[in-house]
Amino acid sequence: MTLRRSMLFLPGSNAAMLSTAFVYKPDSIMFDLEDAVSLREKDSARLLVFHALQMPIYEGIERVVRINPLNTPFGPKDLEAAVRGGVDVVRLPKTDCAEDVYQLEAEVEKIEKACGRTVGSTKLMAAIESASGVVNAVSIAKSSSRMMGIALAGFDYVIDMQTQRGDGTELYYARCAVLHAARAAGIDAFDVVFSDLNDEEGFLKEVDLIKRLGFNGKSLINPRQIELLHNAYAPTQEDVDYAKRVVAAAEQAERDGLGVISLNGKMIDAPIVAHANRVLQRAAASGVRK
Amino acid sequence: MNTIINPRLSGLSCLEGRDLFDGFAKKTPHLADPKAKLDRKVVDSIEEAVRRTGLKDGMTISFHHGFREGDKTINMVVEILAKMGFKDLTLAPSSLLNVNSVLIEHIKSGVIRRIYSSGMRGKLAEAISNGLMDNPINIHSHGGRVALIQSGEIAIDVAFLGVSVCDAFGNANGVSGKSRCGSLGYAMVDAQFARNVVMLTEEIAPYPNTPASIRQDQVDWIVKVDQVGDPSKISVGAARATTNPRELLIARLSADVMEHSGYFEEGFSMQTGTGGSATATTRFLEHRMRRKGIKCAWALGGQTGGMVDLHKKGLIDTLLDTQSFDADAADSLRTSPKHVEISTSVYANPFSKGTAIDRLDMVILSALEIDVDFNVNVLTGSDGVMRGASGGHSDTAAGANLSIVVAPLIRSRIPTVVKRVTTLVTPGETVGVLVTDHGIAVNPRRPEIAERLKAAGLPVFSIEDLYKRAISLTGEPQPIEFLDKVVGIVRYRDGSVIDVVRQVKA
Repeated sequence: MTLRRSMLFLPGSNAAMLSTAFVYKPDSIMFDLEDAVSLREKDSARLLVFHALQMPIYEGIERVVRINPLNTPFGPKDLEAAVRGGVDVVRLPKTDCAEDVYQLEAEVEKIEKACGRTVGSTKLMAAIESASGVVNAVSIAKSSSRMMGIALAGFDYVIDMQTQRGDGTELYYARCAVLHAARAAGIDAFDVVFSDLNDEEGFLKEVDLIKRLGFNGKSLINPRQIELLHNAYAPTQEDVDYAKRVVAAAEQAERDGLGVISLNGKMIDAPIVAHANRVLQRAAASGVRK
Repeated sequence: MNTIINPRLSGLSCLEGRDLFDGFAKKTPHLADPKAKLDRKVVDSIEEAVRRTGLKDGMTISFHHGFREGDKTINMVVEILAKMGFKDLTLAPSSLLNVNSVLIEHIKSGVIRRIYSSGMRGKLAEAISNGLMDNPINIHSHGGRVALIQSGEIAIDVAFLGVSVCDAFGNANGVSGKSRCGSLGYAMVDAQFARNVVMLTEEIAPYPNTPASIRQDQVDWIVKVDQVGDPSKISVGAARATTNPRELLIARLSADVMEHSGYFEEGFSMQTGTGGSATATTRFLEHRMRRKGIKCAWALGGQTGGMVDLHKKGLIDTLLDTQSFDADAADSLRTSPKHVEISTSVYANPFSKGTAIDRLDMVILSALEIDVDFNVNVLTGSDGVMRGASGGHSDTAAGANLSIVVAPLIRSRIPTVVKRVTTLVTPGETVGVLVTDHGIAVNPRRPEIAERLKAAGLPVFSIEDLYKRAISLTGEPQPIEFLDKVVGIVRYRDGSVIDVVRQVKA
């Protein structure tokens, strides 16, 4: 089971962070060449990220690079460096429609061929940051077989919607739309960053919400949030115990040749068994909640 | 010739050579003067107090560093002594910090000729590392300082002790008044051993001022001054509370190590020293203690708000406080009967009749460098310049059942795990576990600990592996170039010399 609970953002210009961030063990790490990098550091950041991608220290962590939009002077160079550097996933910012992804895919394929990478080995993900992006979420999510996920980016989106971040009501439609698009396309969905680092309670509340909605995980801007997030996503010991009983009952029913499964007097059907299996897989991958 | 008041005593051969009673105030003249009887210790100025102590060139003066970076006493008194024309003094404070860089001038002008201290930081440390002094500075641990005082090597002629409040007889504490540093654990030693004790106080309280951390029978002179220290600067620097994710990661891992060490049982004892990760470990212990349903019997050493929080929640029964790192700790020391002030002699003196560290289960300690034999350097940086303090490091490592050193594997581009420490402060034979952000290493002397941590699924590596990983990230560092001149002598807690620091090549 591939876990994508946490995608840690790192400014590509920060060499110290690039050389050590793997110790926090996020599921994915996103080297940012876009908003977190100032104009005068665009070139040096690209070079740093190119080298960081080739270091063996990130083994076991999915490596994502957020490139500048392709219509900027930096975007094509970023893409070249990321694909040649061996990135796992290219993240396209400000994706408004499927055409953005088509264009990206074509460029990626050119670079893959030129540098000898297996064509198709570079995965893509799109960040949705506008009303158009949300409305076009389904076509964006289904735009390419390389797509592994879509992410909602809250800051630009709420500006576009002429509102501001609040209790989550302002993101309600966008979250649901992005999530449905991802599920319809069979890819992963990532929620927005939570920027108040000192509000642990607020963070966990938001994590609880997006987990119940069905998001795979969240974008993070500080490593301090990783452990909290992973723990919140881990099944509880009770969940695991119950899932084991469900699976055992299902196996017993199958041995007994019974079509209907019952556990403690309750009917257990196939989706419940499937969910129980997912809980057990998740527990095996992430441990139980502490 | 005595005036014999009792005629029956005259001419008795059995009393020959004895001192015969000559009036109730003959030897205690202040008792004959109602004003002097009460106020004789209080003098108007530091200069006057200095004159009355009989301080002379070449003598030894001492201070406590309970205010850490907020200290105002050391600089103020040395400035006055300089103006009074003193030379060749030995300065023996419990420690020196960044705030003391003005002492450089007084070293250059010959006011200060020798220094004993737990450590040094900032410009002063740089200057001394670059050969400022003719005589090397002696670096001791907190317990080792008491040992050196007891042995007579540090013979304190005058202790200048800054306190927030004392009464006209000198009963002093650090938990009431304005500038409260909390525990006077360091100063208690000076008060006990110094030939003269000058109390600098911000406030003279009505008699008796209680609790009396420093007692009236230990104090010679009292001077009221505007400010002895700024307590808001105590928790700056080494004693800060961290939000750094890496320090928190290490703190969480070290709490895991504590939990699975075999010593995390009902009634355990612990100390979490200074440094971001060490202090932060405390906050990760609450959940682990509750989960296991155990309580800590006592926590030792420098106390922080984090420790006080656990104490208030009933998870730590007793706090033994030799230094209060923040206002929460100072307040708790005043209000909680189970938050107890102890001197550094009770804390860590190796030759004390009873030393708390000998009963300690676990201690968390920081490090500037640790080598593949688990030797620790907490004194010199990778540039060979002194920038730290011995503190209670070697004391607690020697006494505790398990010492856990915490440090990032790499600081900026500088590896923390090294082949050989630049300066040896704490011998590897007293270090149990190293916790870094890249994983844990257990001293091969403690195979049972390694077994337990591995069984708990913690990331245990050999220290050589951690060293190799550090070098793979940073490259092999260039060796530091030193000159022959010895600028620092590192004393082990028992007084023996464990290493020297040489002048760095500029």
